[in-house]
Amino acid sequence: MSGIISYGAYVPYYRLTRKAIGGGRGERAIASHDEDSVSMSVEAGRGALAAKPAIDTLVFATNSAPYAEKLNATAISAALDLPTQVNTIELANNTRMGLAALLLGTDLGKAGRTSLVCAGDIVIGAPGGARERDSGDAAVAFVTGPEENAIARVLGRASTTSEVLDVWRLPTDRFARQWEERFGIEVLGPVSIDTAQRALADANVAPEALATVILDATNSRDVAGVPRALGLKPEQVADMLAASVGRSGVAHAGLVLARTLDQAQPGDKILVLSTADGCDAVVLEVSDKIAEGRPERSVDHWLASSNNEIAYNTYLKWREILPFEPPRRPDPDRPAAPIMKRNERWKYAFFGSRCGKCGQGHLPPQRVCLKCRSIDEMVDERFADAACKITTYTLDHLAYSLQPPVVSTVVDFDCGGRLACELTDVDPGDVAIGDKLEMTFRRFYTGQGVHNYFWKARPQR
Amino acid sequence: MASNGIKDQVAIVGMGCTPFGEHWGRDAADMLIDAASDAYQSAGVDPADVDAYWLGTFASGISGMVFSEALKTPYKPVTRLENMCATGSEAIRNAAYAVASGAYDLVMAVGVEKLKDGGYSGLVVPGPDGDGTESSMTAPAMFSLLAPAYCEKYGVGEDELKDVISHIAWKNHVAGAKNPKAQFRKEVSLEKICNSPRIAGMFGVFDCSGVSDGSAAAILCRAEDAYKYTDKPIFLKALSVAAGPNEGFISEDYDFTTFQEVVVSAQDAYKQAGITNPREEISMAEVHDCFTATELVLMEDMGFSERGEGWKDVMDGRFDGDGAQPINPDGGLKSFGHPIGASGLRMMYEMWLQLRGEAGERQIKDPKLGLTHNLGGQPGRCVSFISIVGRELG
Repeated sequence: MSGIISYGAYVPYYRLTRKAIGGGRGERAIASHDEDSVSMSVEAGRGALAAKPAIDTLVFATNSAPYAEKLNATAISAALDLPTQVNTIELANNTRMGLAALLLGTDLGKAGRTSLVCAGDIVIGAPGGARERDSGDAAVAFVTGPEENAIARVLGRASTTSEVLDVWRLPTDRFARQWEERFGIEVLGPVSIDTAQRALADANVAPEALATVILDATNSRDVAGVPRALGLKPEQVADMLAASVGRSGVAHAGLVLARTLDQAQPGDKILVLSTADGCDAVVLEVSDKIAEGRPERSVDHWLASSNNEIAYNTYLKWREILPFEPPRRPDPDRPAAPIMKRNERWKYAFFGSRCGKCGQGHLPPQRVCLKCRSIDEMVDERFADAACKITTYTLDHLAYSLQPPVVSTVVDFDCGGRLACELTDVDPGDVAIGDKLEMTFRRFYTGQGVHNYFWKARPQR
Repeated sequence: MASNGIKDQVAIVGMGCTPFGEHWGRDAADMLIDAASDAYQSAGVDPADVDAYWLGTFASGISGMVFSEALKTPYKPVTRLENMCATGSEAIRNAAYAVASGAYDLVMAVGVEKLKDGGYSGLVVPGPDGDGTESSMTAPAMFSLLAPAYCEKYGVGEDELKDVISHIAWKNHVAGAKNPKAQFRKEVSLEKICNSPRIAGMFGVFDCSGVSDGSAAAILCRAEDAYKYTDKPIFLKALSVAAGPNEGFISEDYDFTTFQEVVVSAQDAYKQAGITNPREEISMAEVHDCFTATELVLMEDMGFSERGEGWKDVMDGRFDGDGAQPINPDGGLKSFGHPIGASGLRMMYEMWLQLRGEAGERQIKDPKLGLTHNLGGQPGRCVSFISIVGRELG
């Protein structure tokens, strides 16, 4: 048997109100211009890895892969400082793959393997459509492994595969297409009910014993018949965060599961179901270890930290849907492959160095100490989770950015060490010397077809 | 081991300088030809008499052939060098050492930059390939870090400091208006300077130096030969460069209110020249006012003002054209313009004119010693050059 050992979630800072889009209630989460499915998965992964479990497998699911060819999970692995010996697996092409990744992780747990499962998505829709309005951007991560360490163990599961033209997108298309909604409901509604019933049978759990039921689907009406078919009470059915996040693609079932685990009691039984081109369902039971596996920041913590004052045209600019006047500055250069490889631990895992003789911190890592000039006495040190504060800053109206002005700061780490870096997820009018910051992994820009990932600072969320 | 200097061993005996500005119709070669020709003529020498050349250009060409092909110099040694915005000054320094060593008798230091063909706002710094983790701060943003740090350290209000840096811009525009070779030849009101659109931090457009094209050149020889070429040579008293180890972005001790590189190079230069009280002994200076707040901090780093007092000296008019210690009498980078490789030589060109009494409308009364200060990089991480020149030996 196996299960979930720990987890972490990430909801980006910015929200787009449906009013700003043109109508509807609530808001959707939107990744900033410097985020993607990889960077958000790193943020979620940091929460899941707080206890530093020994990971041997990384599974990443996304429908918004930054690279169509080249593994994206490698950047996640490098940024999270996972050992290079990990086995990496990437799932894509369908929103159900988030839950499928979690099930793969728990299956691997039965074989004694400990996996980090990340699911992250940026979901865009054609402007003015329901997909744009109702979707969201988010990421979630789970560490899965053998049952003895689990905060929630798998009691049973079931799957259905259905070849159906419901939602699809060509590799060259920006936006997904959808067949008439009623047809999808006709096919996938019964599939969802049947899969849920089989999962419960496999787990030997009666519907009324379930504390929470999470019903995720490409089209929420595909699963609308499940509560009635199982005889569920309304309080058993989880809030799918439609008003605060929107459906966050592959991350969504996991995100709502994370929120459920945030609040769960030992012994709670949870049914998670995700429908798209078929259905996966799993029944979990929360163990008495639940308090140990919770991340520092709950889903509701991420939800409470937000800014919804983003104009619709700004959002369209961030997603490269709306062309805009470029700054009169050169396009950023692509980073060079050999240098990225040489400096991998700095660029991705954010390792600086500290002088073994005098203790001076150096970012990026140096061979010669600034203070005592010792050569090759440095000790590597990861600054990713180190607290820091603003020493000085400026607003740069000239620098290239999709969200000018760039807030450029010099930050000092509490543990000793200094870095000049950009501040993100911040209101430029609300920055002050001494502000407490934390580091966040971001995609700075894409230059000549190369994504440039590195770390920025942000106000503590 | 010591920085001995070459006080009074080398003289400048001829100089040339093109107007600085947006020279849409002229390329780097055109400007080199103009500046070098003026310098040859100024020293009264035939190009064939010049033994060797040091060409400073930041990014307007590679190798000495930028010069030798433009001027068709017949197989003479031409060294191209670069030290960021201090490039032009490095040409002077290296050329001076070459004549001081006896290797050559007559040499030229020349600098050029063609910035306005790029089509971008501000300076674009070409760099080596990178890993994408380098700071993307623009030059105004880097230097704008000085302003809030200065306010914080010395208890100066932001509005008060804005008045101080606006005064510096105003002063340098007043000077530029009197200079026929300057890029910006108009006085600008304090109100307009203060209210110009913000570029970075407290800096508006008028806190930034001009982005320009231009070239300048100097002919140098050993001091004992100087009067063969001119009856009014100027003599090098000190040449100093300090390159920093990037203390500003490693050490938490650095507070963005000083350039340690400037402090070190100034102290070295004063020692070489035998100066103990720069505030009184230096008649005038051309300093690296790439941004207004830079000039303020330089006054303190070079010992022209006490720490934390520079802003008062600025407001008292001490550094104005008619003040006790005029700074940037030719308009500085601010209004003369800043074609990188040429700027250090342009600073020296003003010393040349002032010490010879040829500065016209902006002539300072009876200057004895002048200083040029040239800086490449940013606060906390730069190279600094200082020269001291005088009209007499001893």
